[in-house]
Amino acid sequence: MLVGTETSDDAGVYWLNETTALVQTVDFFTPVVDDPYTFGQIAAANSLSDVYAMGGTPITALNIVGFPFCTLPGTVLAEILQGGQAKATEAGVVILGGHTIQDKEPKYGLAVTGIVAPNEIYTNAQARIGDYLVLTKPIGTGVITTAQKAGLASPQSMTEVIASMTTLNQAAAKAMQAVGCHSCTDITGFGLIGHVCEMAIGSKVSIELYASAVPLFTGAKEYAAMGLIPAGAYANREAMAAHVQKEEQVLEVLMDLFYDPQTSGGLLIAVPEAKLERLKTMLETNCTIPHAVIGRVLSAGSGQIIIRDSNGL
Amino acid sequence: MGIQIKEVDTRGMACPQPVLCTKQALDTIEAGMVVAIVDNEIAKENIVKFAKHQDCKVAVKQQADTYYIEIQKGAAAYSAIEASQPLALATVYNTVIMITSDVLGKGAEELGALLMKSYLYTLTAVDQYPTAVILLNSGIKLAVDGAQTVEHLRTLQGRGVEILACGTCLDYYSSKEKLAVGSVTNMYSIIEWMSAAGKVITL
Repeated sequence: MLVGTETSDDAGVYWLNETTALVQTVDFFTPVVDDPYTFGQIAAANSLSDVYAMGGTPITALNIVGFPFCTLPGTVLAEILQGGQAKATEAGVVILGGHTIQDKEPKYGLAVTGIVAPNEIYTNAQARIGDYLVLTKPIGTGVITTAQKAGLASPQSMTEVIASMTTLNQAAAKAMQAVGCHSCTDITGFGLIGHVCEMAIGSKVSIELYASAVPLFTGAKEYAAMGLIPAGAYANREAMAAHVQKEEQVLEVLMDLFYDPQTSGGLLIAVPEAKLERLKTMLETNCTIPHAVIGRVLSAGSGQIIIRDSNGL
Repeated sequence: MGIQIKEVDTRGMACPQPVLCTKQALDTIEAGMVVAIVDNEIAKENIVKFAKHQDCKVAVKQQADTYYIEIQKGAAAYSAIEASQPLALATVYNTVIMITSDVLGKGAEELGALLMKSYLYTLTAVDQYPTAVILLNSGIKLAVDGAQTVEHLRTLQGRGVEILACGTCLDYYSSKEKLAVGSVTNMYSIIEWMSAAGKVITL
């Protein structure tokens, strides 16, 4: 076993031989949007992301489905699976089968198997002092999907989050591999701060984030200020608060967003200064979703996160 | 329009419903206070954030596991409530009107119907609205399709008055499908409204 559960990484990695290791991950959840096909796409993009975040190439997958056959027509399930299939095809992944159980509400996701060369694994525990942190998707999917449930999300906000959540992290991962970076994770349920924190703890460093540099979806700030914040954000804050220090002028609403659980969020890449410009150019050229430099690895430490208002970058 | 006080009980609701219900209650009043009752920390924080975002004055009171979030809307409401005793004010303004018949008073049916129509119209024109109008027995006929009183009840509802029709009574008169204004309620809820009221006026 090359990567297990100790460092709270994105996927497990198992050594097969000198050239190949297996990358395995599973994730599934309840719908975050109303449209079944879109939900299928999001769930699949989210599941595949863990393999990309390890620097791996996904090969095969299995569907995991919970479905209320008594209350919803089977066509809804078919659309969810078609959405998942579409993303698998785009990723070059073959869905070999799967398993469905009767459930109170729909749930969908993939168990994904990928491969990676053992010397090219990107764990979340290799960030080095002086590295810059690059985020490849904006933040705020939890807050905006909560606003949507309240009927308050604007069409513009929904268009942006759906475009982002359905986008594979494949292109961003390829850019990262082409440039050669130190460390990577994807931003999902523990929110931006949670995943930065895991990287900081695993890498035994402290990290500073620049609040005003973190890209946010249109409307995210407004909805968070209105209290449309999912319960998960509070749980994340509870879990991470001991690691986090913030400058006084950093707005509370931004902190709420940094704890917001993300669905199918972007990659967080630790890149040495010498390669930063090249990574930015590669991401610019190959990705449809805007990226941003949001922080830096400060010094050796035990996982402290310092949140500054602006960066001076 | 005078100062209104509304209560929103969000206990047992999942996120984002507590914020949404509080928003709806605040939207229906021009000035006054909404008291949101919540049973968890997350809903409390979200509602406090929401209220501050709306530039309202917020105070949170806790009793065991329940939070009472008092949200004051409008500068006039603020000074009026400051000037009086908040609790007394809540009691005075929380009036529930219970209508147990489709006619007002005993005597000629035709006159009774006319008086009821006149009563509900006049209620829309007074300064201080009740918190709720509860319709019981043949009173539910005032809120079904075709009744001339529907428009007055709609006006009241539009100004934040809860219009509640007894479900058993709707069933009895086979009128559930024809309810044109307000929502269906049950005896448990009716008793809660009556107990919480500062004053119940029965017609």
